[in-house]
Amino acid sequence: MSTSTLPAAAAAAGARPAKTPRPTRGKLRNKRAVAILILPFGLLFAAFYLFPVIYAVVESLQVIKREGTFGIPHLEFGGLTQYVLVFQNTEFWASIARVLAFGVVQVPIMLGLALLFALLLDSPLVKGKKFFRLAFFAPYAVPGVIAAIMWGYLYSPSLSPFQFVTSQVNLLDGGTVLWAVANVVTWVYVGYNMLIIYSALLAIPAELYEAARLDGASQMRIAWSIKIPLVMPAIVLTAVFSVIGTLQLITEPQVFKQFTSSITSTFTPNLLVYTTAAVPNLNLAAAFSVVLAIATFILSFAVLRLTQRRVAL
Amino acid sequence: MTTSTPTLTKTPRPGRSGGAPRESRLSRSAAMVIMGAFTLYFLLPIWWLLVSSTKTLGNFNSTFSLWFIPTSLADAGDNIVKLFTYNEGVFPRWMLNSIVYATVAGGIGTILAAMCGYALSKYQFRGRELIFNTVLGGVLVPATALALPLFLIFSQMQLTNTFWAVFLPSLVSPFGVYLSRIYAASSVPDEIIEAARIDGSGEIRTFFTVAVRLMSPALVTIFLFQFVSIWNNFFLPLVMLRDQTLFPVTLGLYTWNSQVSQIPDIRTLVIVGALVSIVPLLVAFLSLQRFWRNGLGAGGLK
Repeated sequence: MSTSTLPAAAAAAGARPAKTPRPTRGKLRNKRAVAILILPFGLLFAAFYLFPVIYAVVESLQVIKREGTFGIPHLEFGGLTQYVLVFQNTEFWASIARVLAFGVVQVPIMLGLALLFALLLDSPLVKGKKFFRLAFFAPYAVPGVIAAIMWGYLYSPSLSPFQFVTSQVNLLDGGTVLWAVANVVTWVYVGYNMLIIYSALLAIPAELYEAARLDGASQMRIAWSIKIPLVMPAIVLTAVFSVIGTLQLITEPQVFKQFTSSITSTFTPNLLVYTTAAVPNLNLAAAFSVVLAIATFILSFAVLRLTQRRVAL
Repeated sequence: MTTSTPTLTKTPRPGRSGGAPRESRLSRSAAMVIMGAFTLYFLLPIWWLLVSSTKTLGNFNSTFSLWFIPTSLADAGDNIVKLFTYNEGVFPRWMLNSIVYATVAGGIGTILAAMCGYALSKYQFRGRELIFNTVLGGVLVPATALALPLFLIFSQMQLTNTFWAVFLPSLVSPFGVYLSRIYAASSVPDEIIEAARIDGSGEIRTFFTVAVRLMSPALVTIFLFQFVSIWNNFFLPLVMLRDQTLFPVTLGLYTWNSQVSQIPDIRTLVIVGALVSIVPLLVAFLSLQRFWRNGLGAGGLK
C-alpha cells in the first residue's frame, strides 16, 4: 500500500491497473458478464444521479411566461435568465459568504483536532487508546438531526445543564448561531476524521521511525517530519469531504430554526434552495442548485490542487 | 524524507519503559489531559441525553440534568412506554422504517456497487475509464443537490410521498463503487478468477461464489458507510414525504420537536426518542469498529 499517492492521483492510477491478459476466446463471454455486472448499478446511477442533474439544468434554463396579467402560465426557454437572477440575488451571496466563513474557520479546527488526536493515539504518550478511540468516535453514531436537537437543548438559556454559560451569553443569537452550528458539526465529525487519519498512520511501516529515532529525533519531530507528510493523502480526503459538507449545510440549521429565530430561511445556500422551491419557484431553485453544485466541484478540486502542491514540496 | 537536520537533539530513547526523560513525562501528562478534556466534550452530551431520558417533564427543568434522581428508573420506564404508545405507536413505526430503508437499500446497494466495482477492476473494456470517472464525479455530487430535482422527477411520476421515493435513490452509492474497485483490485487475485474459469465456472458465478467471499470484509465496510448515510439522511425524506407513517426516525423526531411549543409533553418524547434512536447505531458501530478502520484506511490511502 503506497502512502505517498493522493486519492485523485490514485484514482487516475487505479484507472489503469496492471494489465490483466485475457484469453481471446473468452472475450465475448466477458462482454456479457461485464454488462450484467455493471448495468444494475449503472441504470440506477443514471436514473437517480445523472438524470436529476440534467433535469435540474434543463429546469434552470426555463422561465414562466403569461399572456397578459391573468393569462395561463406556461414554461418557455429563457436562456440564462434564471442565472442572472441567481447572481443578482443578494441573499444567495450572503448565504455563500456565511458558509465560506464557516468553512474557513470550522474545517481547519475540525481537521486540526482530528490530526492532533490521531497523532496522540499513534504516539507512546497516551494510555488507554482503545477507550479514547471509541469515545471520540461515538458522536459519529448520532445522526445530524439528533445531534442538533441535543445541542439545541444544551445551548438553551433555561434548559441547559450549563446555564452558568448559556444564561449569560445567548449562544443562539444572530452573531453566534453560526458558530453554535459549527460546534455541532465539529462534535459529530472530529472522531470520524480522526479515524481516517489514524488508520493512515497505522499503515506507516515502523522502520521509518526507527531510523529517525536513532538520529535522535523527538516524537514531535517525527510527527512533523515523517508522519504528517505521509498521511497528507488522508488529510486531503477529509478536507475534500469537509468542504463538500460545508457548502451543503442544511440539517443542523434547519433543526436550529426550531430553537431560535436567528436562523433565517436563507441562512445557508441549501436552505435558500429549499425555501425557493417551496414558493414555488422551481426554475430559480434549480438554477441555485446547479450553481451550488458547480461551486462545490470547483472548491473540491481547489482543495485537492492546493494540498497536492504542499505535498510535492 | 528529510530528518537530517534535527533541531531538537535528544538522547535516543531505547524503549518505552527504560527511564523516560522528564520532558517526556511532562508531555505524557499534557497528552492525557488533552485526551481527558475532549473525552468530556464528546461524551457529556450523550450522557446528558441518557440522564434526561430518565426525567419527567417537570423534573427535566427543575433537577440537575447531569445526574439521576431517585425516581429516575421508574420515570425512564414510563417515558419509554409513552414513547412507544404515543399517537398509535408511530415511533416504533419510524424506527422500523429507518431500519428497512437503511438495511434493505444499504444491502442491495452494497451488492450492486460491489458488482460494478469488481467489473471495473477485473475486466478490460471500452468506456471503462469513462464509466469510472463519471461515478467518481458522482462521489463529489452532494446528495442534497439531487434532492430537489429528484422530487420534481418523482412528482411527475406521482411517486412522491411513497416508500419508493426514499428507497430507490438510497440504492445508489458511487462511493461504494469507488471502494469496491479498490478492494477488488487488492483482495481478488487474477489467478483465482483464471482458475475458476478453467474449472468451467461462469463469470457471474465466479463473482458470487469466489469474489464476494474474498471481498466480504470490504463489503461489510461499504454496507456500514451506506447504512449510516441512509440512516442519517434527512433532506431527501423531508422533501419527499408528507405521510408520517413513512417517515424515518430522524424526520419523525424533527417533526415532534417542531411541536414542542404547542404540546410541551412531547419534549420528553423527543429526548427519549433521540436516545432510543441512537442506541442501535452506537451498538453497531462500536461492535463493528474493526471494519470502519479497515475501510477508512483503504479509502484514504489507495
